[in-house]
Amino acid sequence: MNQIISVLVENKSGVLAKISGLFSRRGFNIESLTVGPTDDEKISKITIVVNTDEKTVEQITKQLHKLINVLKIQKLDPGCSIRRELVLVKVNTENKSRAEILEIANIFRANVVDVCKSSLTLELTGAETKINAFKELLKPYGILEFVRTGMIACARGKNIKK
Amino acid sequence: MSKINGSKMLLKCLENEGVEYIFGYPGGKVIPIYDAIYDEKKIKHVLVRHEQGAAHAADGYARATGKTGVCMATSGPGATNLITGIANAYMDSVPIVAITGQVTTPEIGTDSFQEADITGITAPITKHNYLVKNIKELPNIIKEAFYIASTGRPGPVLVDIPHDIQVALIDEQVKGEINLPGYKPTIKGNLKQIKEAAIKISHSKKPVIFSGGGVISSNASNLLREFADYAQIPVVSSLLGKGAYPENKKLSLGMAGMHGARYANMAFVNTDLIIGIGVRFDDRVTGKLSEFAKNAEIIHIDVDPAEIGKNVKVAIPIVGDAKSVLADLIVEYKKLSSEKGLADFSQWLDEIECWKKKYPVRYDRNTDLVKPGFIIETLQELTKGDAIICTEVGQNQMWAAQYYKVLEPRTFISSGGLGTMGFGLPASIGAQFGRPDKLVFDIAGDGSIQMVSQEFATAAINNLPIKIILLNNGNLGLVKQWQELFYNERYSETCIKGCVDFVKLIEAYGGVGFRVKEKKDIEKAIKDAISIKNLVLIDFWIDPDENVFPFVAPGAPISEMLDHKQVKK
Repeated sequence: MNQIISVLVENKSGVLAKISGLFSRRGFNIESLTVGPTDDEKISKITIVVNTDEKTVEQITKQLHKLINVLKIQKLDPGCSIRRELVLVKVNTENKSRAEILEIANIFRANVVDVCKSSLTLELTGAETKINAFKELLKPYGILEFVRTGMIACARGKNIKK
Repeated sequence: MSKINGSKMLLKCLENEGVEYIFGYPGGKVIPIYDAIYDEKKIKHVLVRHEQGAAHAADGYARATGKTGVCMATSGPGATNLITGIANAYMDSVPIVAITGQVTTPEIGTDSFQEADITGITAPITKHNYLVKNIKELPNIIKEAFYIASTGRPGPVLVDIPHDIQVALIDEQVKGEINLPGYKPTIKGNLKQIKEAAIKISHSKKPVIFSGGGVISSNASNLLREFADYAQIPVVSSLLGKGAYPENKKLSLGMAGMHGARYANMAFVNTDLIIGIGVRFDDRVTGKLSEFAKNAEIIHIDVDPAEIGKNVKVAIPIVGDAKSVLADLIVEYKKLSSEKGLADFSQWLDEIECWKKKYPVRYDRNTDLVKPGFIIETLQELTKGDAIICTEVGQNQMWAAQYYKVLEPRTFISSGGLGTMGFGLPASIGAQFGRPDKLVFDIAGDGSIQMVSQEFATAAINNLPIKIILLNNGNLGLVKQWQELFYNERYSETCIKGCVDFVKLIEAYGGVGFRVKEKKDIEKAIKDAISIKNLVLIDFWIDPDENVFPFVAPGAPISEMLDHKQVKK
C-alpha cells in the first residue's frame, strides 16, 4: 500500500542524499520523492511515497528521525490529506486529432502550454488517479513525452508545521 | 582583532572540548593542521602506522574512558583507511570524532589528486558528518560534532576539512555554538511507562535483566547493580554489556547467545519477562527470532527509539537514557515493593543455580595440552579482574568473553556489531593512553593480530606496557570451526600455520616476547609479562583442535546448543 511521509528538513547540502541513502540501504523502495523549500528558505519539505506495510513505515520514520538535519516527520493519512501531482504531456497531433485531444483536456481542466504543427503539450494537476485516467485517454493518440513531478501533499485542516 | 588560521582554530576547538589525544597520520591535505600540531602544547598527537589503527585507537580510548576519541587522516586514501574503524564505532555506538583533510573547495568534484567523497562514503556509517565549506562554520561544526558524538545514542561523527579552509583566517576569539533544531535525544523516560514496567516486574515469576553496551556507555552500571541486587533479578549480558554487572556475583549469568553460557540461554528460554536495557536484541544473541524467548514479554529501555520493536515485539517500550530510566525505575520499584512487599524470585534463582551447576562453560582440564580456557582463567586469577581486556575477533574473542569474568564497566573492550579483526591491538593502544594506571591486555589470535601488527611500532615507541596474549593455533579458527561443523571439514584457506615467528616479530619492534608450548609454563609467563614494564607478547601455542563451545548453529533457536560431547566423532 502506498504511504505518504512528509518530512521537514534543514535546507543544507547533502541532506537529500542522506535521506535517499537511508531508504536504499535498508532495502526500502521509493515510489516518488519531491523536494522544495518552504515559506522559510532555510527549511525544505520532502514528500516521500513508499509502497510498503505499516511496520516498515514505522521503522523508516524512526530511522529518518535519527538524521540530524530532519526536523519533523508526518505520516499523511490518504483520507485526511490533500495530494497533488503536476504532469506535462506531449501528445502527437499528426492524425488530425487535435480537436479531440483538446476536448479531453477541457474535461480534465488541463492547460495547453505549448503547441506546434504536430504536437500539443498539456499541463494537468491532480491526484494520482486523475492523472492516470488522463494518461489512459491520451494513449491512443500517441504520447510523445510524459513527465510528472511526483506527489506533494499536506494534511487537511489546521496543520502545525514546526 | 587577531586572526588565526583554520588549523589553529581547529586545535583550539579541540582543546575546548577537552581532547587529550589525537590518533592520526599526516598526509598532503592535512599538512597545515600538522603544522599547527607542531606547536600544540595541550593535545598529544599519537602517530599510528596505518589510519585504521587511528580510528580503532580513538575507539578504544573512548570505551576505556567514556570520553570522545579523536582520529585524524588526510584526504583520499587516508580517509578511506579510517572507514573500517568508523563503521566499527558506529555499530557499537562509540563516540569518536574523525577529522579528515580534503582537497581545496574549488577542486572538490574534479577527481583531484587524493580526492574521495568521504562524507558521501561515510553517510551510512556515521551518526552525522560535515564538509566544512566556510571557515566561519568551523567552530560551530566542531562543537556540534562533539555534542552529537557523545549525546543520545553515541556514535562517530566525521568532519571533512578542505585544505583552503585549513589556511583561511578567522578571528581568534570566535567560539563555537550549537544550533541543532532537529536533534533532541530523549533522556528522561516516560514515567507512566516506567511505573507500568515496575508493576509488570513485580507481577512476573521469572524475570531476567538483559543488559547491553548502553548501560556502560550511559555510566549506569552502579544503578543496574542497585536495581538487580534490590529486586534479586538475574542479569544476562550481551558481549558489549560485559562488566555492567560484576560477573563473579551470583545474579550474573554472563553472556548469552551464539557462544553464550548454556544457563544464560536457558534463562531466556524459560523467562516470562525480559527487561532489556541498552541492548538491541542482535541476531548473535537471539538466534532464530521466531523462537526467541517465546514465553516472555519484553520491557525494552533504549535511548534510540529505532531500536525498540526493530527485532522483537515489545510490551513496554521506554525511550530514554539507561541511567535516567534506571534511576526512576528503582524509585518506582522500591515504592511498589514497600507497599505490596518485595516480589520473591528465589525459586527462579534456585532453578538457574541448578543450570549453572549442571551446564558450566567448560573445557577439558585433564589434559596437558595448552587450552585457551585455562590461559584466560589464569589471567583472571593473576589480575584478580583488575585490568582492561581488549580482544581481537574470532575464537580468541569468544574464549575471552566466556572465561574472563569482567567486574567493572569499561574494562572489557571488544568489537561487537561489526566483528572487526585487527581491532584489539590499536584499541588497547587507545585504552592504555586513556588509562595509564591500568594493566591493559590484548587477547589476540594469530589471524587478527597480523591485520594490524604494524601498530606494535606505535605501542613500542610510546612505551606502552601492553601485554598481548596471543592464542596461536595456526588457523583462522572461527571460520575453521564452521568449516569443521557445517562444511564437511573442507578447510578452505583457513590454515595460516608456521609462517611467522611472533617472538622475533615483537622483538623487531622493540618489545619482549616469550613462547609457551606447555601447560606448566602458562602461569609463570603471564606473571613475568605483568612484571615487565614494556610491551610484551606471549605466543601461546594452543591446542589447534580446540573449538568454541557451547555453540548455537546459525539460524537455530538458542535452546539448541552444541557442546564438545555432541560434536565428538
